[in-house]
Amino acid sequence: MSKIAIIGAGPAGIESASMLARSHEVLLFEKSSTALSNILDKAYLFPDFSSATDIADSLNSKLINENIKLMLNTEVVDIVRNDSEWKIVDKSGKNYFVDAVLITTGYQTFDATRKEELGYGIYKGVVTSIDMERMIKYNQIVNSINESPKRVVFLQCVGSRDEKSGNRYCSKVCCVTAVKQAIEVRKMLPDAEIYIFYMDLRMWGQHFEELYRESQEKYDIRYVRGRISEASSTFDRKIQIKAEDTLLGVPLKMTTDLLVLMVGMEASAGTKSLGCKCGIEGEYGFIKTATPHLCDNETSEKGLFVAGSCKRPMTINDVINDARSAACLISEYLR
Amino acid sequence: MRKFGFSISQTRSIDLDQIDFSCLDELREAVPTFMVCINCGACTATCSAQQFSDFNIRKIKTMLMQGQYEGLAKQLDKCMLCGKCTLVCPREVNLRNSIVNMRRILTKKNK
Repeated sequence: MSKIAIIGAGPAGIESASMLARSHEVLLFEKSSTALSNILDKAYLFPDFSSATDIADSLNSKLINENIKLMLNTEVVDIVRNDSEWKIVDKSGKNYFVDAVLITTGYQTFDATRKEELGYGIYKGVVTSIDMERMIKYNQIVNSINESPKRVVFLQCVGSRDEKSGNRYCSKVCCVTAVKQAIEVRKMLPDAEIYIFYMDLRMWGQHFEELYRESQEKYDIRYVRGRISEASSTFDRKIQIKAEDTLLGVPLKMTTDLLVLMVGMEASAGTKSLGCKCGIEGEYGFIKTATPHLCDNETSEKGLFVAGSCKRPMTINDVINDARSAACLISEYLR
Repeated sequence: MRKFGFSISQTRSIDLDQIDFSCLDELREAVPTFMVCINCGACTATCSAQQFSDFNIRKIKTMLMQGQYEGLAKQLDKCMLCGKCTLVCPREVNLRNSIVNMRRILTKKNK
C-alpha cells in the first residue's frame, strides 16, 4: 500500500484524499485547527444558493476513513525528494516519508487595507465580501452605527485586475458572488437600494448569466459601469463614493450606508512558501503546473502533484473536479 | 439639375475606413501604456478638473482612439496636470504623460 501526503485540508485536499484512500494510505496535513475554513466563511454558494455548511459537512464526512490520517495544526514547512521517496517536514521538525505528494494549499483573500483609498479598516461602513458573507450567514446586515442599511453598494475588482496591488489577473468568482450577495441582501432588506459597480461583468459559468438577469428582473439590483476611485466618510458616518458612470461619460457621487469590496483571490501564504521551496512557483505566487492543457495537475517534479486554487482562482466545483483528476493521476503514477 | 428643396445630411456614424490614425500612432509611440485602458472611469472620478468643468479624460482618450480629434485640444486645456488620474489607474496607464503628449500632437496637427 503506497503512502501519499496531501497538504491542505480544503475541498481539494479532502476530495482527493477520499478518492485515494480507496487503495492508498493518505496523510492529510492542515496547518490551522479546522478543515475547510474558507468554505465555512461562506453562507450560501452560487449559483444555486446551496448551504455552505451542508457542503462542508458532506466533504467532512468523507474524512471518516481508516486510510486517511488528518493532522490538524500541522504546518508543512518543507518537501524534499529522497530518491523515489518524498520527505515531508512539519513545523515541529518531524519527518514523514511518502511515495507521492499532492499540494492543495489553496488561496487567501486579498487584504483590502492595501487599497487605502477605499477606506477598509478606516471607516466602519466599508466591509469586504467575506464580512458580508458573515453578515448574511448570521442575518445581521448593519451599517457603521448598527442600523439596518438603506443603501448597499458593491464594488467589483478590489485587488484583482489592478496593477497597483500587483494583481493583473481576474479572480473569476467575484462578479457572480456580488450578484449572489446582492440578491441575498435584497431578500433580507426588501426596501434597501442595492447597487453593483462593475467594470465588466464576467458571467462565464453555467447559470451565472441567468442569475444576473434574475437580479435585474426580480430583485431590483442596479448596475453602474464604473470603478469607485475613492471612499470617504460623511459627518453622519455614511460612506461617500466617487466614480464615473462610464456609459454616460459623467462623473457620479453618492452616499451609501454600506460599501462592500469584492476582494479577489491570492495565493495563500502556504502556497507561496511551498511553491518557492519546491521550485514550482508561478505567477503571482500561485503554483506553476507542468503544462496548462494536458499536464495541469503535474509539476516539473515527478511525483509532486497539485490541485485546486493554489494554481489559480477557482470555484468550488472546479476545485472538486480538479482534485478528482489529480487523484486519478496519482493512482496511475503509483501503479 | 432641379433642386428638390432638401439636402443629404451628414452621417453621424464614425466611419473607421476613413479615419486618419496618425495622431493615435504618434501617441502610442510616446506613451506605450495608452492602449491598455479598460474604461473603468476611475481617472475621471478622481479628476480635479472634472469638478469644475465638463472635462472628462476617459472620454477624450476614447475619442482619440477612434480618431475623433475635433475640440479635443480645447478640452485638454482644462487639465491642471495634477496627476491623480495616473495614481488611481488600475492599468497603470501613464495618463498625465498622455495628456502632455496629446496636447503636443494635437497642436502640431491643428497648425
